[in-house]
Amino acid sequence: MRVHVDHDLCQGHAMCELEAPEVFTVPKRGTVELVTDEPPEESHGDVRRAVSACPTQALRIAES
Amino acid sequence: MTLREPPEVSGAQGEHGHLEELRSDPIGLMNRVRSECGSVGTFQLAGRPVVLLSGAEANESFFRASDEELDQADAYPFMTPIFGEGVVFDASPERRKEMLHNQALRGEQMKGHASTIAREVERMVADWGDEGQIDLLDWFAELTIYTSSACLIGQKFREELDSSFAHLYHDLEKGTDALAFVDPYAPIESFRRRDEARAGLVRLVSDIMDTRAKNGPADKSDRDMLDVLMSVEDDTGAKRFSANEITGMFISMMFAGHHTSSGTAAWTLIELLRHPDVLAEVVAELDELYADGSEVSFRALRQIPQLESAVKEALRLHPPLILLLRVAKEDMEIAGYRINANELVGATPAVSNRLPEDFPEPDAFRPDRYLEPRQEDIVNRWTWIPFGAGRHRCVGAMFAMVQLKAIFSVLLRDFEFELAQPEESYRNDHSKMVVQLSQPCVVTYRRRKDTR
Repeated sequence: MRVHVDHDLCQGHAMCELEAPEVFTVPKRGTVELVTDEPPEESHGDVRRAVSACPTQALRIAES
Repeated sequence: MTLREPPEVSGAQGEHGHLEELRSDPIGLMNRVRSECGSVGTFQLAGRPVVLLSGAEANESFFRASDEELDQADAYPFMTPIFGEGVVFDASPERRKEMLHNQALRGEQMKGHASTIAREVERMVADWGDEGQIDLLDWFAELTIYTSSACLIGQKFREELDSSFAHLYHDLEKGTDALAFVDPYAPIESFRRRDEARAGLVRLVSDIMDTRAKNGPADKSDRDMLDVLMSVEDDTGAKRFSANEITGMFISMMFAGHHTSSGTAAWTLIELLRHPDVLAEVVAELDELYADGSEVSFRALRQIPQLESAVKEALRLHPPLILLLRVAKEDMEIAGYRINANELVGATPAVSNRLPEDFPEPDAFRPDRYLEPRQEDIVNRWTWIPFGAGRHRCVGAMFAMVQLKAIFSVLLRDFEFELAQPEESYRNDHSKMVVQLSQPCVVTYRRRKDTR
């Protein structure tokens, strides 16, 4: 699994950080930063929830 | 590459072009632009061309454009007398970006907001008794004044408000006649009432400030945004912000989330009552989710698929904003057409949300279009645009959805509703840029006997 961020779209709501803090961090005045763009198996469920929780649809998953 | 000039739609009249049609039947006008001109066409707004876009390709260019290309400042002249000169839209794009980062809208705040909203609904239904009638516009407009003031400004400020604030605020929203594109201070009744309402709001806020000043500085733990703004001083030690300026800030903070959430709540309920089969599914879903005694503040943050789909479909059919505008800051190209600097450029949720190629049965209420695998909101990210899209997508979209889930979690738990008028008599009033339900828009409620 690989995570893609569209930085044009991210507004820094930090919903992804709530769902998968081990993969996403969002600074107070910024847009999302990836801790890793290839999250380990055990995080995949969290990442999928983060992608659907994103209010601006800025996150995508490519399955490998 | 040679660029084409966008064609102009038929029906321009006199020096104001299509202004009168925009004031009476804006959706008819915008649909005609698409049917006559295609995805890029113009109409004339009092001597100024508006390039109106629709469809995925043109919309994507619009929504991905930077503030340096397509700017929101000056695009909404009808808002200046409402916010007050110098509030919000006078800021630079950089400063605005920072201000838009409203900390109150971040994810971790949502749990608190959901419980605040549930409490406000419960307060408003406390005097309902077992049955009665409400006007949807009046009721949801008042509710969302309380929820947005409590969540965005502070619970303490909300406790200092009553329905008079909501009534004045409503007159502000009605003062958004498109005639403002000619003259925002033209001598018409709705503008006169708008200016009186703003002055009335300044008096209310001013009285609240006087009372707080008399009571001395608030305890650190009890300070809300108004206390903070009141305490700011300039270099000479004088108060930095007047009641007028603070009122302007509050009006602008609440504006985007008020009539939009209020209208969407009303339309969701109307559509559910028009479609009893969908309503039954939504009520069953809520009953099941709350059967374990869980709190609204917990559930409203999580998926409630049937209810969310009904809200999304109400938003698609009845988008609270029907025309999103920008000013072109430089000559540019969109979908092969030339846009000149200073022209207005618009995208239209009212038209794009109902494109038959993206949304089968475009005029029908079909919440199942959002369930997997169809997910028509996600598949059509540039044409399913009740919240806009791209860089300026509504920063309050998550808050709005949490709010609507919290409102219906409480209302449908305790009450059943029925339309009190013929189904087709519920419609929007499009005579103002801020779209609102036409009154009367009454429904009947009855307390549930089988309450979960």
